[in-house]
Amino acid sequence: MEKFFETIVAPGAVDFMLYIGVILLKVIVVVVIALLHVAFATYFERKVMARMQLRIGPREVGPFGLLQPFADGIKLFFKEDIIPANADKPIFYLAPIIFFASALTSLSVLPFFSGFVVADINIGLLFLLAMSSLGAYGIMMAGWASDSKFAFLGGLRSASQIISYEIAIGLSLVGVIIMAGSLNLSDIVIAQHNYPTGMFAIPQFLGFAVFLVAALAETNRLPFDLPEAESELVAGYFTEYSGFRFAMFFLGEYTGMLIMSSIATLCFLGGWTIPAFITNFLPFLSYVPGIVWFLAKVYFLMFCYYWVRSTFPRYRYDQLMAIGWKVLIPLALANIVLTGLVKSLSKGLQ
Amino acid sequence: MPTEYLPILIFLMIALAFGLGALLLGEAFRMKRPYAEKLMPYESGNLPVGEPRQRFSIRFYIIAMLFVVFDVEAVFLYPWAVVFDEIGLFAFIEMVIFIIILLVGYIYAWKKEAFVWD
Repeated sequence: MEKFFETIVAPGAVDFMLYIGVILLKVIVVVVIALLHVAFATYFERKVMARMQLRIGPREVGPFGLLQPFADGIKLFFKEDIIPANADKPIFYLAPIIFFASALTSLSVLPFFSGFVVADINIGLLFLLAMSSLGAYGIMMAGWASDSKFAFLGGLRSASQIISYEIAIGLSLVGVIIMAGSLNLSDIVIAQHNYPTGMFAIPQFLGFAVFLVAALAETNRLPFDLPEAESELVAGYFTEYSGFRFAMFFLGEYTGMLIMSSIATLCFLGGWTIPAFITNFLPFLSYVPGIVWFLAKVYFLMFCYYWVRSTFPRYRYDQLMAIGWKVLIPLALANIVLTGLVKSLSKGLQ
Repeated sequence: MPTEYLPILIFLMIALAFGLGALLLGEAFRMKRPYAEKLMPYESGNLPVGEPRQRFSIRFYIIAMLFVVFDVEAVFLYPWAVVFDEIGLFAFIEMVIFIIILLVGYIYAWKKEAFVWD
C-alpha cells in the first residue's frame, strides 16, 4: 500500500503525511475535549453559584440541566449577528477570532498527563505567558472597533489591567523556575514529584498566593472584573457583540480560566502527580490515572473562581491598580530573592 | 529546523479555522434583519451622545510604559532562573543587584504617584 502511494507522491512524503496526521488527530482531540470542558464549566459555574445563593440553577434541559450548555450554544449560533453601523468592520470581525484562537492555542503546550502533550517545547511556560498577552489584543481591538463608549472604556480598562497583572504573574512563576530549573511544563511537574513536599505550593506559598490573585485579574473575573462591570460599563469591551461572536469571547474567557487553573496546577500543585508521602501512606492511590488528579486539581481551582465570584464584592479601579502594582509585584520580587537566597544557601551547606 | 513547534502552528490554524468556520457557517443559518435603530451603538436606550472614541486618561499611557520596563525585567529573569542551579551564588548576587536597580526606578514611579488613580 505504501509502495503504491510512493509511486504517486515523492518518497518520504507518506511518512511526513502520517506525522502530520497524528498531530492533527491529537490537536482535534485536545480541542474537542477542552471545548466540552469549557461548555460544562459554564454549567458548573451556574450550578455552584445557584447553590451558594440558595437557588437551584439550570435543570430544565436534559437530566439535571446537563444539556444546558448545548442549548445555549445552539441558541447563540442561530442568533442574529448585529454589527454597529459605524464599527470598524475588519477589526470588529477579527477581534473575537484573535481572542479565542490565542486562548485555545495555549492548550497546545499543557501536559495533561505523563507524556501527553501536543507540543513538548522547552519554553512552555514562556509560550503560555506570551499567548495570554496576545488575548489583550483581541480585547483592545474589540473595544476600539465597536464604536461604543462602553466598549471603548471597557477595552482600555481591560488592556491596562491585563498588562499590569501580567507582570505579577510572570514574576510569581520565577520562583518555580528557579526550583525546577526548566521552563518545560513536564519537567516542572517531575521536579515537583522529586521534591520532598511533592508540590511547589508549599515552599512557594508566596508565589502561589500572588499567582492566584493575579490569575483572577488576568482573566477579568470577579472581584476584578472592572472591564465588564455590569453596573457601569454594561458588558465592557463586548457590549456591541452579539450571537456567535459574543460566544467566542465567552468561550475564550472560560478557556482562559481553564488555562490559568492548569498553569497553577502544573506549576504549584504537582500536575498529574500526587505527593510521594501520600502514596507511601495510601499505596492504592498510585493506581489512579494521572489525568484524574490533573482534572481534580483543575476543577478545584475552577471551583475557587466561582467561590470567589459569589463571595466578594467588586473592587474599585484605583484599588485594583494599587493591589497589582503596590502589593503583588513587591511580593513577587521578594519571593524571587527569597527563593534564590534559600537555594544558594542550601547549595552552600552541601 | 525546530520541528517541535510544528504542532503549535497546526493548533493555531485549527483554532483559527474553528473560529472562522463557525462564523461563516452560521452566516447561512442565522437571520439578518438590520435596520438603522438596531445598528446604533448601545447607550441604555438613549440616542448616542458625542464621539465614542474620546480622549482618555494619561494614566493608561503611564501604565503601558511601566509595563514595558517590568515585563522586560521578567523576561530577563526567566533565563537566569533556568540556569540558576549551574551558576549558583554569583548569579544570585548579580540578580540582586539587577533587582535593586529596578527597585530604584520602581520607588521613583511610586513616589511620582504613577500608581495613583483619581
